[in-house]
Amino acid sequence: MESKILEIIGLNAYYGDHLVLKNINMAFSEKKATAIMGPSGCGKSTLIRTLNRMHEMNPGARVEGEILLHGENILTINPIMLRRKIGMVFQRPNPFPTMSIYDNVIAGYKLNSVNLSKLEKDQIVEKSLKSSALWGEVKDLLHRRGTFLSGGQQQRLCIARALAMNPDVLLLDEPTSALDPKATMHIEELIVELKKEVTTILVTHNIAQAGRVADYTAFMYLGELVEFGTTEKLFTVPSDKRTEEYLSGKFG
Amino acid sequence: MSDKKKDKMKKIVNRAVRKNIWKDRVFEALVIFFSLLSIVPLIFILSYIFAKGFPKLFIPEFWVGIPPAGQSKTAIEAVGMNVGGIANGIIGTFLIVFMGGLIAVPFGVLTGVYLAENRQSKIANAIHVAVDMIQGIPSIIFGIFVNIWWVTTMKGGYSAIAGSVSLALMMLPIVIKSTEETMILIPDSLKEAAMALGTPYYKVLLRIVIPAGLSGIVTGVLVGLTRIAGETAPLLFTAFGNPNINVNVTEPMETLPTLIYNNARSASPNLIENAWGASAALVIIVLVLNIFTKVVVNKWKVKF
Ligand SMILES: Nc1ncnc2c1ncn2[C@@H]1O[C@H](COP(=O)(O)OP(=O)(O)OP(=O)(O)O)[C@@H](O)[C@H]1O
Ligand SMILES: [Mg+2]
Repeated sequence: MESKILEIIGLNAYYGDHLVLKNINMAFSEKKATAIMGPSGCGKSTLIRTLNRMHEMNPGARVEGEILLHGENILTINPIMLRRKIGMVFQRPNPFPTMSIYDNVIAGYKLNSVNLSKLEKDQIVEKSLKSSALWGEVKDLLHRRGTFLSGGQQQRLCIARALAMNPDVLLLDEPTSALDPKATMHIEELIVELKKEVTTILVTHNIAQAGRVADYTAFMYLGELVEFGTTEKLFTVPSDKRTEEYLSGKFG
Repeated sequence: MSDKKKDKMKKIVNRAVRKNIWKDRVFEALVIFFSLLSIVPLIFILSYIFAKGFPKLFIPEFWVGIPPAGQSKTAIEAVGMNVGGIANGIIGTFLIVFMGGLIAVPFGVLTGVYLAENRQSKIANAIHVAVDMIQGIPSIIFGIFVNIWWVTTMKGGYSAIAGSVSLALMMLPIVIKSTEETMILIPDSLKEAAMALGTPYYKVLLRIVIPAGLSGIVTGVLVGLTRIAGETAPLLFTAFGNPNINVNVTEPMETLPTLIYNNARSASPNLIENAWGASAALVIIVLVLNIFTKVVVNKWKVKF
């Protein structure tokens, strides 16, 4: 078996008194893509937001249980340190509107006052934009605002921004739901390509997308992890009736 | 319904509609009439000020000199009118308003950011109430307050800096409100993006949130500066006025409003003439600030 980079043990998450994640136990394999699926409101976003401790930023939100990154409990790591190891891409592309494309890519360094030489910066920008398959389209526009790009390009810019920090894990929360089919295809190809470098965890409503990119798939329902296994097994012989119903489009 | 009945209905409806159309026209005419009426005083004021003061704006001496000593009518008939200049007032206005802005901006921007970031908190509510109250206080009260507290009790004496403090108090609510309103509009997704990169909270505010809302903040600052540039009452109790050019901020200093106030009250015709010229200059300065504000608002808008 592959080594597990991230392990969730007995995780409960609350918004105030509202328990939205109920005793989640799962482990993510290194340099694989894992898809998380389930009907709206079942807690997918909450789950991946606990992984970089963005969940706790909501007033009244808290978690119980353990989340181990390389065996170390992230709930005891400073969130600022943690988020440099676990990058995140959001549903809506959100490049920084006041920054150029170039500055957007190295924003993680700039915002943490890491001093880099011009050469180092150039290298990071080029490498990250190449990894996010955007280099060819923007290499001559690096000093224009990121917000002039199309939605799909903006999303790849946001992926480049996350990749620039060399994260161990990349979280993607419905990264293609605001994009057209062509841009979606680009991002999917990119996720497959990225498996060489990082572990990706992808929330998606698109069953076909999970089938195309994910090695493992998890199915959640009402805050519970119903089923988790290789995408192939989950799609062909789901062991839970609810998974089967979801896959056949009965809800969600 | 029979055809006859239908015809009757149609007539009734037509009559009602026609009546409404007529009412509509009357209403429109009234709206236009009152709108025009309300700009009449403005036209009178501006044309009067410009008729009296405009010619002086073309005399170089007017911009670099100081107001003349008062002269009697007979003396003027003998040697002619000496209007002098308003340089002391112009320099003072810029200095005092600039320092007022310098004091108000950091407090105002940080308070506005705090209010936008902590919308539910009790402290934020208390600040809201306080800001509304400050905005409702007549400007002369700020003058008296700074006079009692600084000029007299702390023995600071009449000074430009005391004037700046009183104007800063007036400007504060404007900057706070415009900052807060801008910050609220900035999507949370931007903050989340920065947080997700492992950015400390203070950097998220300083490097992402505030720059994204800069146009709104700058607008608020410019509106505030415009607002205090023409303020007279608080300055009478603080900066006091000074017939000479002075750039020492711990000393009494003239500003255009106090210059107008002091000279217009004098019995000397040439000082009164001087006040008219100063009025025209002040109106133009405020107008330019206003136009500049509009341009900045349109140019600097950041899209999300
Ligand atoms: N900020 C919040 N405050 C309170 N409750 C919240 C908050 N965000 C989400 N919830 C609740 O938590 C539950 C899980 O929400 P979550 O956003 O994780 O669902 P999701 O699976 O990502 O849904 P979707 O597919 O619509 O994005 C829902 O019942 C939701 O109402
Ligand atoms: Mg979600």
